[in-house]
Amino acid sequence: MSKETAAPTIHIRRSGLGRARGLGTAKSGSAHWWAERVTSAALLPLVLYFVISVLILKGADHAEMAAYMAEPWNTVLYIALIAALFSHLSMGMQAVIEDYVRTDATRIITLLVVKGGIAILALASLISVLKLAFS
Amino acid sequence: MKDVREALMVGRNSEGKLVRRPISPFMIPSDYKLQMSSGSSILHRITGVALGAGTLLFTAWLVCAAAGDGAFSVIQAILGSWFGLLILFGFTLALFYHFCNGIRHLAWDAGKGFELPAMHRNGKLVFASAIILTLAFWVIAFLVG
Repeated sequence: MSKETAAPTIHIRRSGLGRARGLGTAKSGSAHWWAERVTSAALLPLVLYFVISVLILKGADHAEMAAYMAEPWNTVLYIALIAALFSHLSMGMQAVIEDYVRTDATRIITLLVVKGGIAILALASLISVLKLAFS
Repeated sequence: MKDVREALMVGRNSEGKLVRRPISPFMIPSDYKLQMSSGSSILHRITGVALGAGTLLFTAWLVCAAAGDGAFSVIQAILGSWFGLLILFGFTLALFYHFCNGIRHLAWDAGKGFELPAMHRNGKLVFASAIILTLAFWVIAFLVG
């Protein structure tokens, strides 16, 4: 708290404009915002499909699961679900991390680890569905 | 201060002295009463992050299925145990909340439902829908098979 009340001094030898440049919101922000909306809209029907598929696959053995995923429509919808879900998750986690992790180094490392992990999960899910579909 | 971002929070007062610009307090601890707007908003984030953790289970389920019979029967047994069902119950509640509030967000993006009475109404509708959808899911889950 004492840090907040002490009279501030600036040690950065740049003009006010120089400090402000590059910190604005305009750039690729609107594409990110729009992609969040597009994936969320895509996820509305896909999540309903997923919920129904979970009910169908409740207690399924391996043969039933493999047969389900080998149906072309199920393969396609699961791949679409994985694509929309993991890109939506990646953008959502990015927004949360950018809001709450303050120092640049920690924020960048956290972003790389979390988004990298999400990409690996997406690939693992995708390959698993394809393997079930084509075996 | 050395951080460029922080330096932007400093201005000069009418006497030309450097002063910290005032900022509003953070919403969570106790400075503000929890309201429909802030409550449903932070819950959207919390459920979003929780669903992110839940995707680990989703991926594990698919990877085990691809790995073969043995691995798949293990994951199905784990998910079907009381602990697995408890996790899945939380997952469905988070999913249906995020789903319903997501529709609310998309409506806001289209400029609809912003008025305070409407915001309170559709907020309550989201909570009710999430609970009803979750209960309906589990009733169906126990009825089928």
